[in-house]
Amino acid sequence: MEEPEQYAVANRQMTEQAVSQEAQSQPQVPSEPGTSVFDTRNVSIYYGGFRAVTDVSLSIHEHEITAFIGPSGCGKTTVLRTLNRMNDLVVGARVEGDVHYRGASLYAKDVSPIAVRRRIGMVFQKPNPFPKSIYDNVAYGPRINGERNKGRLNEIVERSLRQAALWDEVKDRLNKSALGLSGGQQQRLCIARTLAVEPDVVLMDEPCSALDPIATGAIEDLMQEIKSTYTIVIVTHNMQQATRVSDRTAFFSVLINEKSDTRTGVLVEYDRTAKIFQDPNDSRTRAYVTGRMG
Amino acid sequence: MSAVTKADPAGPAGSARPLSERRPLGDISFQALALAAGLLVLVILVLIAISTSQQASSWFSTEGVKIFSSTWNPSANQFGALPFIYGTAVTAIIALVIAVPVSVAIALLLTEVVPYRWSRPIVYVIDLLAVIPSVVWGLWGILVFAPWIQHIYASVSSGVNGIPVLDSLFGGPTSGASFFTAGIILAFMITPIVTSLSREVIATVPAIDKEGAYALGATRWEMIRGAVWPHSQAGVVGAVLLGLGRAMGETIAVALVIGSSATITSHLLAPGYNMPAVIANEFGEASGLFRAALIGMGVLLFAFTIIINVIARAVVERSGRRKRGA
Amino acid sequence: MAVTTGQQTADLREPPSWRRSKNRIATVLMITAFVLVIIPLGFVLYTVIAKGISIISWQFLTASIPPNVLPASIGGMGPAVVGTLEITALATVLAVPLGVLGAVYLNEYGGNKLLAKIIGFMSDVMTGVPSIVMGLFIFSIWVLHFGYSGLAGALALGCLMLPIVIRSTYEMLRLVPDPLREASYALGASKARVTVTVVLPTALGGIVSGALLAIARAAGETAPLLFTILTVTTVNRNVFSGANTSLPSQIFANASSPYVGAQARGWGAALTLIAIAFILMVIARLVTARFSRHLR
Repeated sequence: MEEPEQYAVANRQMTEQAVSQEAQSQPQVPSEPGTSVFDTRNVSIYYGGFRAVTDVSLSIHEHEITAFIGPSGCGKTTVLRTLNRMNDLVVGARVEGDVHYRGASLYAKDVSPIAVRRRIGMVFQKPNPFPKSIYDNVAYGPRINGERNKGRLNEIVERSLRQAALWDEVKDRLNKSALGLSGGQQQRLCIARTLAVEPDVVLMDEPCSALDPIATGAIEDLMQEIKSTYTIVIVTHNMQQATRVSDRTAFFSVLINEKSDTRTGVLVEYDRTAKIFQDPNDSRTRAYVTGRMG
Repeated sequence: MSAVTKADPAGPAGSARPLSERRPLGDISFQALALAAGLLVLVILVLIAISTSQQASSWFSTEGVKIFSSTWNPSANQFGALPFIYGTAVTAIIALVIAVPVSVAIALLLTEVVPYRWSRPIVYVIDLLAVIPSVVWGLWGILVFAPWIQHIYASVSSGVNGIPVLDSLFGGPTSGASFFTAGIILAFMITPIVTSLSREVIATVPAIDKEGAYALGATRWEMIRGAVWPHSQAGVVGAVLLGLGRAMGETIAVALVIGSSATITSHLLAPGYNMPAVIANEFGEASGLFRAALIGMGVLLFAFTIIINVIARAVVERSGRRKRGA
Repeated sequence: MAVTTGQQTADLREPPSWRRSKNRIATVLMITAFVLVIIPLGFVLYTVIAKGISIISWQFLTASIPPNVLPASIGGMGPAVVGTLEITALATVLAVPLGVLGAVYLNEYGGNKLLAKIIGFMSDVMTGVPSIVMGLFIFSIWVLHFGYSGLAGALALGCLMLPIVIRSTYEMLRLVPDPLREASYALGASKARVTVTVVLPTALGGIVSGALLAIARAAGETAPLLFTILTVTTVNRNVFSGANTSLPSQIFANASSPYVGAQARGWGAALTLIAIAFILMVIARLVTARFSRHLR
């Protein structure tokens, strides 16, 4: 009972000035061997004049599963969507700071968001299959990339559905509408659809929150299997899931700006998952992870 | 489109195919095409105004203010439009007087009285009414309706003989093809649009307000008067204005049943004329100043209906019409 | 029946009779209004069917148009049927793609921009422009230079159809859920691709049904054709040049004729026209029911 109190009090004491102070004392993640796929430095994200997320600096490493955890409104989804420039679709959204993808700046003037998204895919919270057949859903990505050869498309569809552990269930009804699948199946279909374009990175925004525990387990197994081919970043509010699947975890929290009565997200701590959950450096992290795990 | 011809493999670490690509040409041209299609609306409206005014310019300049005179005599080169403006106003008003109460009543019927299951067939009937082409209304009007109602007119006219106001309205010479007949047919034709728009407006009344009235023990009619009406007043006014615009512009049915007589008279049961009807009936043989006059009346019609529609749409939007759809 | 609860007596009787009667009268009036509308509708449909059915036959739909004075058994409305079909088809080809593109602009690209709001507003206003004005417009801008033709008529009908198609397509595009667009963007599609490969196919059922209703409306219009096709009675299979005719034009011409034969042919043409409009309406409803299920 005491820890959450501490956490709440600590949060309430954050003022606007403390925001910038905090930012300067961000924990530096020690660079480790293993290529970094994303490097963000002092990234802040604004919607119009409102600062939604402040000063995020972290590196995502190749062939790892990185989890973003934190309370609601802490900006973890906002940061995730910055990595494949999906925030571009929101009117008034603005990113400050550096976001580098394999050494290249993601927000440079001449960068095409379309090219970015072909290499950095995304799976959404609620499954959103197209109202087309199962086959056409998976083939959509390759087709818009120019693939016309029927034979190759068949291969790609089968490969992607196998990777998503869905092939056996749907192989006899590839021409049926995707909307006839169950929720868990639809989400695996969306994953297959994303894998079909063979991206470099797969971003997942709470992919299991709309699913039952069995479907969730299936997707977590899937993540472990494809980890060696892809790099995965997952936003989750389920801490057990983070401990189960991720190699590294980033804990975000909310700063309450008393003057403007708004909330800004901030990165509190980022480290190997074991460290975050067993022996975190920051008291806020400790409060969050222990408070939930009892 | 870009030069990518197959799925881009992730590749080994560090393989950075440049992320910069020019925006695909197809993407840009599609957007341009869509924008052009949208602009077409504005372009057409402007062209309508310009081209028709140009054709009518000889009438405007020759007659000057006299375009509003009441003398219409083509053979004497006199082209005063007042009889037709009068006729347009009269038929539209008759149509509104009949159609508005009926349409609003049906709209209330559909939203407040009838359970959802029964509302579908009623809406189908209204849609059926809307689908009957103007010319079929006219055909039926002149060949069936007018001869039949002629008798009623005759009785009414002799009946009101001598009674002050009624005599000037409904007395005097009668004809099956008359202002009033045109007004009735117009009423049938504008009912669907006034009904459907009123329905939309009435449907936006918050359920809380209605429940509040019921909770005070109101009967349904009292709830409608107290909760529904104040909310939807403005929107219904907008719907009425749209009906007015429609009634003013309806051509073919009116052309067939209005009687084709360019006179200004208070006798509604007598033959008359209005702007769209005279244009439709006389255009074929007209030339020179005559034709310019007819096109000029088209310009007036265009101006009137645009103004009325702009006001109507603005009123409807202001009254907080909830947009259909998700 | 009064219920006694301790001190007070709750009066649970019905409200006073004058309030009840007012309510009842109001309900009766509303139902009367509906009946008032059914009567002429039924009357018109009955008359058209009764008078038209006796003259409808394959011969009627294909034979040439005889002089008005000849009786109903001779000739038919063939040229008018051909004219209606070809002119309406041409108008559809002109108006529907442009209307769909215009709606795409409004919903997918326009957003909150002032220009989009103006275009959307004026498009709705344009639906209120009288059809005869469209006819005068095309007369002034086209016929005076290029002469009468089915094409001119199609242009006028197209101007009529354009705002209707824009509005109905726009409403359908709005119903397409955003997550579908997001999924497409996330796979690296450009905005045009998203629109063409996901949004339009998803909304297709509704778009088609809206277009069918616009076509039904256009097929029945007379006024725009008055000054653009110069109603003749001979068949003209070349829709791009030369005067033409159509079912509504013929009905208009025959309605003012004193000859019984011409009038009878008018009824036949009216029945044909209503049948066409009705069939299009039914198909539109079927398409909506069948293809828009997944938008719920």
